[in-house]
Amino acid sequence: MQSQLPFSPDQASNFAPHVDDLMLFITLICLFFAVAVTIAIIIFFFKYHRKSPDEVGVPIHGDSRLEAAWMIVPLILAMGMFGWGAVVYVDYRHAPADTLDVYVIGKQWMWKAQQPNGIKEINELHVPAGRDVRLILASEDVIHDFFVPAFRVKMDVVPGHYNTMWFRPTKPGRYHFFCSQYCGTNHALMGGWVTVMEPADYAAWLSGSSGAEANPVVAGEKLFAEKACVTCHVSNGTGRAPSLNGVYGANVLLADGSIVVADEAYIRESILQPNAKIVAHYQPLMPTFQGQLTEEQILALTAYIKSLQSQPVPATGAGIAPTTEKR
Amino acid sequence: MSTTPPLPGHQMPHEDYLNATYGIRSWLLTTDHKRIALLYLGSVTVFFFIGGLLATMIRIHLLTPTGYLVTPETYNKLFTMHGVAMIFFFLIPSIPAVLGNFLIPLMIGAKDLAFPKINLLSWYIYLVGGSFVLYSFATGGLDTGWTFYTPLSSIYSNSAVTPAVIGIFINGFSSILTGLNFIVTIHTMRAPGMTWFRLPLFVWAHYATSLVMILGTPVIAITLLLAGLERMFHLGFFNPALGGDPILFQHLFWFYSHPAVYIMILPAMGVISEIIPTFARKPIFGYSFIAGSSIAIAVIGFLVWAHHMFVTGESVYAALTFSFLSYLVAIPSAVKVFNWTSTLYKGSISWDTPMIYAFGFIGLFLIGGLTGLFLACLGLDIHIHDTYFVVAHFHYIMVGGAVMGYVGGLHFWWPKITGRLYPEALARIAAVTLFVGFNLTFFPQFILGYLGMPRRYHTYPPEFQVLNVLSTAGASILALGYLLPMLYLTWSMRYGKVAGQNPWPATGLEWKTDSPPPTENFDVTPEVTWEPYDFQNRPDLGLTAGAPSLAPAHGDD
Repeated sequence: MQSQLPFSPDQASNFAPHVDDLMLFITLICLFFAVAVTIAIIIFFFKYHRKSPDEVGVPIHGDSRLEAAWMIVPLILAMGMFGWGAVVYVDYRHAPADTLDVYVIGKQWMWKAQQPNGIKEINELHVPAGRDVRLILASEDVIHDFFVPAFRVKMDVVPGHYNTMWFRPTKPGRYHFFCSQYCGTNHALMGGWVTVMEPADYAAWLSGSSGAEANPVVAGEKLFAEKACVTCHVSNGTGRAPSLNGVYGANVLLADGSIVVADEAYIRESILQPNAKIVAHYQPLMPTFQGQLTEEQILALTAYIKSLQSQPVPATGAGIAPTTEKR
Repeated sequence: MSTTPPLPGHQMPHEDYLNATYGIRSWLLTTDHKRIALLYLGSVTVFFFIGGLLATMIRIHLLTPTGYLVTPETYNKLFTMHGVAMIFFFLIPSIPAVLGNFLIPLMIGAKDLAFPKINLLSWYIYLVGGSFVLYSFATGGLDTGWTFYTPLSSIYSNSAVTPAVIGIFINGFSSILTGLNFIVTIHTMRAPGMTWFRLPLFVWAHYATSLVMILGTPVIAITLLLAGLERMFHLGFFNPALGGDPILFQHLFWFYSHPAVYIMILPAMGVISEIIPTFARKPIFGYSFIAGSSIAIAVIGFLVWAHHMFVTGESVYAALTFSFLSYLVAIPSAVKVFNWTSTLYKGSISWDTPMIYAFGFIGLFLIGGLTGLFLACLGLDIHIHDTYFVVAHFHYIMVGGAVMGYVGGLHFWWPKITGRLYPEALARIAAVTLFVGFNLTFFPQFILGYLGMPRRYHTYPPEFQVLNVLSTAGASILALGYLLPMLYLTWSMRYGKVAGQNPWPATGLEWKTDSPPPTENFDVTPEVTWEPYDFQNRPDLGLTAGAPSLAPAHGDD
């Protein structure tokens, strides 16, 4: 839909037209009921205005058919709102494959974003138009919320959790983003600008900006050695802990027989609470790194582990569930 | 005014609950539900004043994008303390503890509530809880938001969170005891002939409210206690650094705090269900549907809490379930509005002040309720969650709905409470002022929200200024609308025209005793032989002359 609702921000993402259509749909239905009830009240107000001081009204006690009608009709309309809203929401909560992943960290009272090649931005976010972008959100302290009105999307940034949100920017330009979960003193200052660029401009911007030395994969590899992860997580699968080659995105078989997908949240949990999910055939030996790593370091480690996707997976010792065991 | 029957020179009763005994002790140690109601009236008015003052400062501050009045810290304290004072110490107790306390025994023909001493205890608990909260306000203030989200409240906030949390914990027991008292009273103390389906709808609404108070309040009390323990002793419940989960807090918090909205609005719906048949002089349309919808709202209202959490990352299945259930709870609310509107059909409608409040209530509740459908919509909530759209929505429900109901109810029963009438013309002007001021204050906030202005911002981008200025202008009209009734109602306590037993007239039992009633309410226990809101077969109301002798057009109950 190209036309823009009055009193609405720019439409600059794939979700914006859907959300605006929903808004229009619900507004029209609600307007109908509000106007109908208001007109009825106004008519009754004047038409049945008391004519003499001791007049009484006609005793009408009710009508079951009317009651049924005004329960069923609104219920049907409400289910329409629910269903349509659910479709948009489910789409929003399931990011498509092959997204451009950007890490975003919220802390009192600033936002740090890190592009896939390591470029870091503060209170700014550059994204290419036409590309599915996924933000992986982490918080250093309290709950924040990343909100881009022009994209009609927001997601809470919760300490101890990884939340993700996705969108496809459709219109180059600069748009406000806000923190919309109250987070303390300078909550209102915790915002910035999303810059949507033509893909070519974005590529030029990426290569033109310095900061590639802070490549998270490199930083993660260094941490992996510093924190002695490498002594157990041996890449050929002969260590006391599973090899991490190819683990990202794969199904992991756990000691209790269940299977989990090794996504960002799983990797994060395995670092901070190693005993929460033990890989089958391994002992719970790993110490916790809770409180010893910053969110940025966890992200770097995650980026490094993700980069091992392309490494050869050893025949045994990777903890990856055989495909036949998929549920 | 001309539509009310002329008042033959009424006399104040010789002895009533107000002048039966004198002295401070006779008030502070009273077990009379009517006097306790007045004690509550005084104390909730104090908190309304505090909350209103804070709101005024908020609106003045937001006149300019950079903030006009105070520092960010202070601004955060203003809206937090506004919310805490208004929700926990004004809105939740207002109608139940003032009007409910006063009226439930009168309406069912009882001498008092079932547990008069516990009733007094509730008020003292309220005072103790309120004192802790005021202590918090005075010593460092509170800047967590009334929602107390962790880990901001339990770890990061530098304000006086602990006394506030203790105060709200204590105050919860006041609510629980009031609910308990109401339920037992309604079950066991109805006068002969007062069957369940002859109960005034006000009593049904309070029965439903009491269920929510008893079942919900313990959860918020425990939740805030856990947050307090985490803050004081670093026990890890909600802080991830200590192994807790901040999302758990939200589940527990909203398990009470969403039903709490129904604690505020259900009694107001009860008030409106009394006013409309009285001033339309006909039975309420669909009595059993209105009564049943109160219970349905109370029950389903417990199953919708996580619609506050659609963007926290909660499971998609949970979000689908809670969105669906939120739409279900809209139906009984719609049923009430349709039934109130239908009651007006072929009525004999007067334009007395309580009726103006009832119309105002329907208009504002309609907008507040319908905008709830926007927020319950998963796809739309992604955009409008935590924006001014939400602020506007819940103010339409809580202020447009609950406070209009409360002020309308005060006007309706003022003659019963004080024995005197207020100046009618002034009261109508105030009612219209409130309605206009309210809409001007809060309607622009819906637009602000859709444009993307987040809530709890002490400063905002300049493009939002026009709507904020409109809102502040509306708030000044609204403030006038609240000050007027405070002044003339107080004035009327001494100088108002004497009302007599039943000035409107209305059909309830409370109108069959003196105004103000005697301490024991009725000289002899009344016996109920009539159906609720029946103006046809009530020669005692003095309206027989104009009664049309039509048979009921439909009858389903």
